[in-house]
This record gives sequence, C-alpha cells and structure tokens, in this order.
Amino acid sequence: MSTHDLTVPVAPPAAPWRQRLGTMVPILVLAPSLAVSFIYVFVFTLWTLYLSLSNSSLMPTYGFVGLDNYASLWANRRWNIAYTNLFLFSGFYIVGSMAIGLLLAILIDQRVRGEAVWRTIFLYPLAVSFIVTGTVWSWLYNPVDGIQAFVRGLGWTDFSFALTANRNTAIYAVIITGIWQSSGFAMALFLAGLRSVDPDLIKAAQIDGASVSRTYRKVILPTIAPIFLAVAVIQIQFAIKTFDLVAALTRGGPGVSTTFPAIYVYDLMFQRGQIGEGAAAAMMMLAALAVVLVPYSLWIVWRRRAEGRNG
Amino acid sequence: MADIALNARHDPEAAAATRRYFWNRFFVYAVLTLFAVIYLAPLLVVVFNSLREQSEIARNGLISLPRSFRLDAWAQAWGTYCVSGTCEGMKRNFFNSLWMTIPATVISTLLGAMNGYVLSKWRFKGSETLFNLMLLGVFMPGQISLMPWAFLLGKLGLTNSTYGLVLIHVVQGISFTTLFCRNFYVSIPDDLIKAARIDGAGFWRIFRKIILPLSPPILIVTVIWQFTGIWNEYLFGVVFTSGQQQPITAALVALTAGGTTARAYDVMSAAVLIGALPPLLIYLFGGKYFVRGLTQGAIK
Repeated sequence: MSTHDLTVPVAPPAAPWRQRLGTMVPILVLAPSLAVSFIYVFVFTLWTLYLSLSNSSLMPTYGFVGLDNYASLWANRRWNIAYTNLFLFSGFYIVGSMAIGLLLAILIDQRVRGEAVWRTIFLYPLAVSFIVTGTVWSWLYNPVDGIQAFVRGLGWTDFSFALTANRNTAIYAVIITGIWQSSGFAMALFLAGLRSVDPDLIKAAQIDGASVSRTYRKVILPTIAPIFLAVAVIQIQFAIKTFDLVAALTRGGPGVSTTFPAIYVYDLMFQRGQIGEGAAAAMMMLAALAVVLVPYSLWIVWRRRAEGRNG
Repeated sequence: MADIALNARHDPEAAAATRRYFWNRFFVYAVLTLFAVIYLAPLLVVVFNSLREQSEIARNGLISLPRSFRLDAWAQAWGTYCVSGTCEGMKRNFFNSLWMTIPATVISTLLGAMNGYVLSKWRFKGSETLFNLMLLGVFMPGQISLMPWAFLLGKLGLTNSTYGLVLIHVVQGISFTTLFCRNFYVSIPDDLIKAARIDGAGFWRIFRKIILPLSPPILIVTVIWQFTGIWNEYLFGVVFTSGQQQPITAALVALTAGGTTARAYDVMSAAVLIGALPPLLIYLFGGKYFVRGLTQGAIK
C-alpha cells in the first residue's frame, strides 16, 4: 500500500479508449450473470407458459391449443387432490411449526443453560435433506417396524399408528414430518427477533408490574410481528414447492392420496408424457407463489418507504 | 433472582416465589428436553440401525437399543451393496454429489461476490432495478425450468452428466449469492472505496485489496448455504441423471424404493447417513454461519 500506490496517480493518463473500458468494467462483470438470470427467469417462464398452451405430449411441440391444458388440469381428480393437500399441508405445517418454533424460542430465551446445545439440536434437521428426513420417517411410520411396533412392544398391544398406510391419514404423516423438519427454522428466526427487542421496553413493562406472560403478549410479541409474517411467507413457499419430502416419504401414495402439485408436475412431464398439461400445472405453482409473494414484497417496499419518511 | 433465594427462609411470600421460580425452571427444562428427544430420536434410530445386525433389526424392530455392534453395513453401503444390478454401493453417487456441489458452490459464490460488489459499490443507472429482477430467481419454482433445461442440456450434450447439474445449480444459485453478498457489501463504508479511488485504485484492485479481505464472513455464509442446498437438492438430480450418474439424493430414493424383498435396514441406514453426513458436519462446525445465512436469507 505504500510507495507503489502513491505512484499510481502520477502515472501517465490512460488512453481514452482504455478509460472508457475502465468505466465499462462493472457492467461487463455483471453482464453474464444478468444475461443468465434474465434467461432463467423470463425466457424459461415464457417458454413453459407457451408449452402450457401447446399440444405437447411426449415431446415438446408447438401447436397452439389455448387454455385446453388448464381446463383438463382443473377437471382432473388428481389435481384436485394435489391442491387440496397443498392447502391442508400449508395450514397445519405453518401453524404447527410456528407454534412449536415460538414455544422453543421463548423457552430458550429464559436464560437457559447450554443455549447453543439446545439450538443445535432443534435446528439440525434443517441441514439434512428432505430426502434423508423423508426416508427415515417413512421407516418410523412403517407399522411393522416403526413406532407402532415399538409402542406395542412396550406392552400397549392394540396401539395403532399407521398414518402412511391409510389414504385418509397419509397426508398427516407428511405434515408431522414437515413440522419436525422446520420448526427449528421458525425457532431460529423468532429467537433472533426476541433478541432484537429493545431491553428498555421490557424493563419498562416489568417496572409497571407486568407478569412474564403479559410482557410477552403485550410488549414483545407485537414488536416482532413482522417476523411472524416473514416466517409464514417463507413456509408457504416451502409448502408450494414441496416435492422431495413427499417423494421420499410416501411417493405420493398410498394410491394418489399424497399427491402435491410439484409431484403431479413431475408425473405429468416425465412419467405420463403430458408435457403440455405438466407445464400448465407448473404455471399454476408459479401463480400460487406470485399470489403470496407479490403482496408481501409490495408491503415490504411500502414499509421501508414509510420508515424512511419517519426518519 | 439471587436475593429472593437468600430471603426464602425468613419470608413465606419469598418462599412461594422461590417455589414458583423452581417450578418455572423445571417446566422450561422439561419441555426443552421433551422436544430434544423428539428431534434426536430419528437420528439415533438411524445411527443405531447402521450398527446393528439385520437379523436383530428384523427381530426387535427399528426402535430398540443395539445389542450387536458391527460396521459391515457401512462398508456395504459405501462400496458393495447392489441397486438394480450394479453392486457398487453409494460411493459413486457420493462422489457425483461432491463433484457437482464443489464446482457449483465455488463458481456461484465467486460470481455472487463480484455481482454484489458491482451492485453495492459501482452502482449505475438502473442497477437497482436489475438487482431486483435478478432476485426473482430466488423465488422461481424448479418445475418452471424443467422443460427448458431439458432442451438446453440436450443441445449442449450435458444430459445425464454432472456438468449439466453444475450448470443448473450455478444459474439457479447466482440470485442467492448475489443477494447475500450485495447486502453484506452495502455495509462497507463507501468512503473506504472513495479513498482508494482517489489513490488511483481501479475496479479489480479495490476488489482484491479492500473487498475480499473484508469478505470472509459473508463468503463462509454463502458457501455453507450453497453447499448444503446443492448437496441436498433432489428434483434436478432425479430428472436429469440416471443410474451411475445420479447424485446421492436421487440414489438414496432409488435404493430405499426396495420393492418386495425384505428391507435391509442396516445398509439403508448407513447409506442415509452417508448422504446426510457432509451437510451435517458443515452444520456442526459452521453452525453459527449456517444460522446467520438462514436469518439473513429470510429477513431480506
């Protein structure tokens, strides 16, 4: 940084074309990534949109059929199962993992010993793939070898726990496993939120004689309300994209009872050779994400502006 | 709290408070322990089963303390177990995953660092808009890109190859890595950059001498995030590769799909652990950064 740097300003001025190139460098650095992202986001989406309006079956073809694929998709019983499952799953999964996550975060926030250990335990499932989680839980749900057999072995011989063996209950196996996997994530975000609450605010509430639970309900939780929304939005995203977990846990079964939109897209495109309808289903997934994310992003922008105005 | 405990002997009200405090603590630890057991049990079950004899698992079920100990299942899962005709275990798939994850992580992180640098320190007209457009990539569901990728990989001759998956993960990852790095670099004071420019330092020089030396925290976060995400990815792996070319996630699903024969839980447990180990180790040793990436990625 010493002598060498000092010599730079007195070096002879660069040729004009080199100077211009110099100002172009940042744009040139960004250009490849921009181009690639542009293709990925816009070209790919329009491409799939077009396929969804085409008569593609085994191979992509480009005969235009309008909204036929969407019509046949929505008329399909399996698609009906898929989005019903998605709603059911989203509801339980989000509420369940947020409730458990909040509980764990509040407990850890009570100045417990070994905080790092607790956190590590609750969060590790998130590091592991849905494939691993789904596979292991599929064994635990197996009535012959898993939890049911274990409890019966303890002496409760008519104990029954065979969620994945039954069409009507298999979806709850997916829900429980999903909550197990991601309540640690909610915990981490809530804990970060709890720690960011102004300690003076809490002290003031305590001086006013508010009990611990009252302090949480009236002071702390309202201040971290935006985190609830952030966690919910992220988890809805997870839910809409759910594929791996189901693929490993139930493979969409028994029968087609745990079909999810993402599973159905895969099936239509690669198992049944109905690319057009598969593309339509993929577009519906994108639409679902947009319904959640567009208002959320607008709200974030609006809030940031409002904060900017207020100082 | 300490003075309450001291006064407890003399004051019935304080004694009640102490009791309440004790029960309060008891409740906190009891609930935490209960959940810790629920979270750890599946992991313990798999670890135990990878060390038990298959005959013992068949007899006592999956959930039971090990009464035998051996490492055969690990050796089989790694090198000799047969899946649909080929008896090579998981090692090939493990290395597929490794050779997919490492280059994709390195390339996407480097690109993200450079993009983040431009978008925070060399802004130009419209760069914020471009940044926001790049961000859209974060939310794209993979299903939208399946058919276009199938076409492109076919044209490039990259179907059923690890290189194809590297390409996909780099493209998909750029928006994440750019977001992370850009948000970190924004917090580096602009004055630092201005001073360097007055001293005559150019774009690359500032990057190398100022930005990179300040970057380790965010680069670690980004690398951990990318590595875990790409290693754990399944959709593209199962769609665009088959058999010997599959990454370990896809191979695990194929392995455990086991149809009619009795399930070799011991070997499958070891295989699952082999697939889970790299991200788990990263999590255990880089947990702090893992959590940081998580909260940053989420809040922004």
